[in-house]
Amino acid sequence: MIEIQTLTKSFGDLLVWEDVTFRIDDGETVAIIGRSGCGKSVLLKHINALLKPDSGRVIIDGKDIHALDYVDQRRLRQKFGILFQGSALFDSINTFENVAFPLRYFTDKSEEEITETVMRSLSYVNLEEAAGKETSELSGGMRKRVGLARAIVLQPSYIMYDEPTSGLDPQTADEINELIIGMSETLDITSIVITHDMHSVLEVADKVAFLDQQKLSWFGTVEDMRKSDHRELQAFITASEYQIKL
Amino acid sequence: MNALKELGNYSSLLYQALRSSTEFSTYRKNLFQELVKVGYDSVPIIVLVGIFTGSVMTLQSAYQLESAFIPLSTIGAIVSESILIELAAVISSLVLAGKVGARVATELGTMRVSEQIDALESMGFNSVSFLVVPRVLAGILMFPVLYIVAAIFGIGGGIAAGYFSGTVPPSDFLQGARMYFYPWNVVFGFVKMFVFGFIITSVSCYKGYYARGGAEGVGKSTTNATVLSCIFVLLADFVLAALLL
Repeated sequence: MIEIQTLTKSFGDLLVWEDVTFRIDDGETVAIIGRSGCGKSVLLKHINALLKPDSGRVIIDGKDIHALDYVDQRRLRQKFGILFQGSALFDSINTFENVAFPLRYFTDKSEEEITETVMRSLSYVNLEEAAGKETSELSGGMRKRVGLARAIVLQPSYIMYDEPTSGLDPQTADEINELIIGMSETLDITSIVITHDMHSVLEVADKVAFLDQQKLSWFGTVEDMRKSDHRELQAFITASEYQIKL
Repeated sequence: MNALKELGNYSSLLYQALRSSTEFSTYRKNLFQELVKVGYDSVPIIVLVGIFTGSVMTLQSAYQLESAFIPLSTIGAIVSESILIELAAVISSLVLAGKVGARVATELGTMRVSEQIDALESMGFNSVSFLVVPRVLAGILMFPVLYIVAAIFGIGGGIAAGYFSGTVPPSDFLQGARMYFYPWNVVFGFVKMFVFGFIITSVSCYKGYYARGGAEGVGKSTTNATVLSCIFVLLADFVLAALLL
């Protein structure tokens, strides 16, 4: 379980958000939505302590990640897999090695076991055939899928997706959404999805956190979101091309 | 104020690197790769720098010291001593600031702006140990080796230039070189390269590690890394000369 308690962050004089508080229960998929530049990715990077808050706490499985020393923080981070916006694949190594990378450093697996685990991860994202390819040969959608295979290879408890469908064509975006749902159901992973794609929210999320006007403006289930009369939230949804689905 | 902040961040990165230098298993593989990239891959350019520095120095010394009262061996003494004390270290380092420093800053800068460093951290890696420590260690270890290469080819280039131009016979050149050879000068050259290797790799790591803002940011950090490395190499050269000579 992840509890975010009164989290506040500024960069110099620029307040990103303040007093952000919400909870993500095990097995849930929570979508964090909001306009570009509202601090969604910044919030994501606070959850696994890639950034430090000005104040507030992030409690993961009972431990405040920001209060831990660096070694314990790193240990706790291994419970997370992250799919970064640009996939963040290491361009000096090929697809197979990208997925194998955490296994080589954090497990005692033999080469045979590593190959088996990597291929299993790649099969989850339907990319076994791309194992030998250089990352520069992969399309945008393939990069996202390889990033996802790498994120799940250590069998994390939590996966965070930073704009998983941005820059993809609708069909590939749908494939990624299906993968996110598949990950939650098959691997029983708790997921946090950063997005401004309402189609993706409706497809994958159980709950929604809406960041607006430098605070957590609204938090609730997708069902509640449909019925909500929150003005800014409705304006955000209305602006989406998928309004009709609501 | 900004310079103080930069100095603070640089010191903090060095402190983190020092603390994480004990995590040998994290950076072992990268260290061997970096030793090859910093050392072996730089040999051709250092050979070239050495040969031309020695050759030009010999031809210019022969031109300036053309006198019946000055023995030709003086040219060998001047060229070899200049190469051992100053030129093999400083000119090589300025060239390496471009070759090694720019590569290091670009690699780390690109990794930063494409979130590869965040990806490493999020997996539980100590990114400083994984990326910075092996690069700085490779600089410290390989720059003195490159000094030997530069010195050998510099003096060799001087001998060849003197011979082929007909200005200084090799025997006179070597006689002068031997007459004024002090082992301390070689030690001094090693100390310099040790310091310059540290400066170039650590400054470049710092600039790359904290790069911001996409391709333009990486370009800016690479330029800053190269320029700052050159400035600090020249400053350190002066300080070391004042302290050790």
